[in-house]
Amino acid sequence: MTVTLAVLLAAGFVFTAGIAAGSANLGLLDVLGTLAGAGTRASEFIVYELRLPRAAAGLAVGLCLGLAGALTQTFSRNPLATPDILGVTSGASAGAVTAIVLGGGGYSVGASLLGFGIPVVATVGGLAAAAAVYGLAWKGGVDSYRIVLIGIGVTASLGGLTSYLVVRAQLTQATAATQWLVGSLSGVSWASVWPMVAALVVVAPIALAQSGPLGISQLGDDVAVGLGVPLQRHRLVVIAAAVLLTAAAVSAAGPVEFVAFVAPQVARRLAGAGRPPLLASALVGAVLVLIADVVARTAFTGEIPVGILTAIIGAPYLIWLLIHRKGGTL
Amino acid sequence: MNPALHAEDLTLGYDRTVVLDHLDLAIESGTVTTLIGANGCGKSTLLKAFGRLLAPTAGTVRLDGTPLSALSTREIARRLAVLPQRPLTPAATSVRDLVMRGRHPHQSLLRPWTPGDADKVAAAMSATGVADIAHRDVNELSGGQLQRAWIALVLAQETSTILLDEPTTFLDLAHQLDVLRLVRTINAERGSTIVMVLHDLSLAARFSDRLVVLHDGGVLADGGPWDVLTPGVLRVAFGLDADVIPDPRTGTPLVVPLEPSPPAAPAEARADELQTVA
Repeated sequence: MTVTLAVLLAAGFVFTAGIAAGSANLGLLDVLGTLAGAGTRASEFIVYELRLPRAAAGLAVGLCLGLAGALTQTFSRNPLATPDILGVTSGASAGAVTAIVLGGGGYSVGASLLGFGIPVVATVGGLAAAAAVYGLAWKGGVDSYRIVLIGIGVTASLGGLTSYLVVRAQLTQATAATQWLVGSLSGVSWASVWPMVAALVVVAPIALAQSGPLGISQLGDDVAVGLGVPLQRHRLVVIAAAVLLTAAAVSAAGPVEFVAFVAPQVARRLAGAGRPPLLASALVGAVLVLIADVVARTAFTGEIPVGILTAIIGAPYLIWLLIHRKGGTL
Repeated sequence: MNPALHAEDLTLGYDRTVVLDHLDLAIESGTVTTLIGANGCGKSTLLKAFGRLLAPTAGTVRLDGTPLSALSTREIARRLAVLPQRPLTPAATSVRDLVMRGRHPHQSLLRPWTPGDADKVAAAMSATGVADIAHRDVNELSGGQLQRAWIALVLAQETSTILLDEPTTFLDLAHQLDVLRLVRTINAERGSTIVMVLHDLSLAARFSDRLVVLHDGGVLADGGPWDVLTPGVLRVAFGLDADVIPDPRTGTPLVVPLEPSPPAAPAEARADELQTVA
C-alpha cells in the first residue's frame, strides 16, 4: 500500500516535471499554476496545446502497458510473459506497417487502410492476432503454458511478415515503419489519448477485480479450481483485459519496448510481494514511460523515440534491484 | 442419507485412453477412505473426478446427492476441498496468507473479508500446529511444516468433504505419521469425510476406515483393512507376494513383502551354484 502511494507520488511528480521540461522551460510551479487555471496566455498554450497531450499519452501508455504486463505475467505464472506473447503487439505492428507501406505505395488496399488511420488498423490487427492465439490455444480450455507457446509462434510469423514488408518498402516508408516499430510519443495528440483513457476506465476496474483469483491461481490450476475459481472464465477475462490495454497503448504510440516486462517486476520487488501488484505495476509503467519521454525530448539534440529509452532506463534499474534487494525470492 | 460422494457408472480417461471403466463407488459421510492400487491404476484419476478437476468421459459424480455438473465450481468449493499432489508453493507468501486463501469460496465483492473468516483461519492454523509459524515465508518451511500449512488451507475452507492426493509424499516416516494422525483428528473432531490416495499399504490400513483397491479399470476389493489386504488381492493388484500379519501394536494389517521365490539362498551357496552351472 505504501509502495503504491509512493509510486503514485512519483508518477505525479514526473508527469508535472515532464510538462515543465522542454525547449521553452517552465517551472514546476508555473505548470501547477497553469493547470489550476492561473497561467499566462503563453504558458497556457505551451501546457495545454504542446505538452499536456504528450504527457497524458505517456502516462496512459505506461499505465496500460504496466497493468497489461502484470496481468500477463501473473496469469501465466511466468515473469517473461509479456502481453507481446498474446500476439497483440505483433498483430498491431503487422497491421500498422501494412498500412504505412502499402498505403504510401499507392496500392488501393493499402490506401484504404491508411484512410482508416494507422491506429485503427493497428488495433484491428492486434485484436485479430490475439483472438487467433486464443483460438489456437483452445483445447477444451486454455492452458497458460500452451497459450505462451502458441503466442510465441504467432508472434514470430507476424514478425516475419512485418520484416518482409519493411524490406520491400521504399525508403521513406521503411523509415516511417521503423520509427513506428520502435515506439514513439512524438506524433500523439488528444485523439490518441482518449482510446487509452476509455480502455483504462472500462478495463482497469474489471482487471483489478480479478486480483483475488490471480493470487489463488499462483497455487496451481488444481488448487485454484478446488478453491472455486472458474478458471477458464477468469483466464479469458484476464487475457482480454491485457489484450485491450496493450492494443490501446500500441495503437497510440507503437510497441514501446520493455515497459510491460520491466514495470511489473520492478513493482513486485519494491513491494516485496510474491506476484506483481496490479496498481503499482501500472504506476511504475507510467513513471518509466514519462521519465524516458523527458529524457528523449531534452537530453539529445534531435529527439529520439521513447521506446529506445524505456529499455535503456528500465533494464539497468531492474538489474540494480535484483542485486541490491536482499531476501525474498527471484 | 445420501453418500458424501457417489460415482455412478463412471468412466474416466485422458484423450482416448480409458483409465476407469463403468465404476460405481459410494463414499459414506464421516468416514476415512483410502484409494490404493498400483501406479497407473487410476486412483489419482478417480480423486480428480471426485474433485471436479477431471470431467468424466461418461457417468456422474454426486456430491451429497447432487450431480457435480449441476453445481457451480464455487458452490462445490464450499462443500468439498481438494489438496492435489503437487500444489505450487507461491513466492514471498506467509503461512497465514496461504491459509487465508482457503476462505476464497466464502467471499465475494459483496461479502469481503470478515472477522469470522479470520477466526476460521486461526482455528485451522492451530488445529494443524502452524499457528506459531504463521508469519514465516512458506518457502522457508520444512516439508512437514509445509504440508501442515497446505492442510490448514484446506481446513480453512470449512468443507464437509476433503480429498487428499498422496498427502505423505516427500515426507519422512515420522512426518508421514504426523500428517495421517492429523487426518484422523480432523475426521474425529470435525466429522469430515476424507478420501485420500496413499502408497504405503500398512499406513493406509492403520489410518483408514475403509480401503478401496483399484485394478484393471475397476474396483478389485473394497471394505475394512482386514477384508481388503489379503495375499490374494496383493498378488493381483500389485503382482506382489506378501504376508499380511497383525501389527503388534495396533492390530491393523501389516504387509510384509516376501522375497521372490524360490527363497534366496545365502551368498556362499549361490556362489557354489554358479560354479556348478558353469
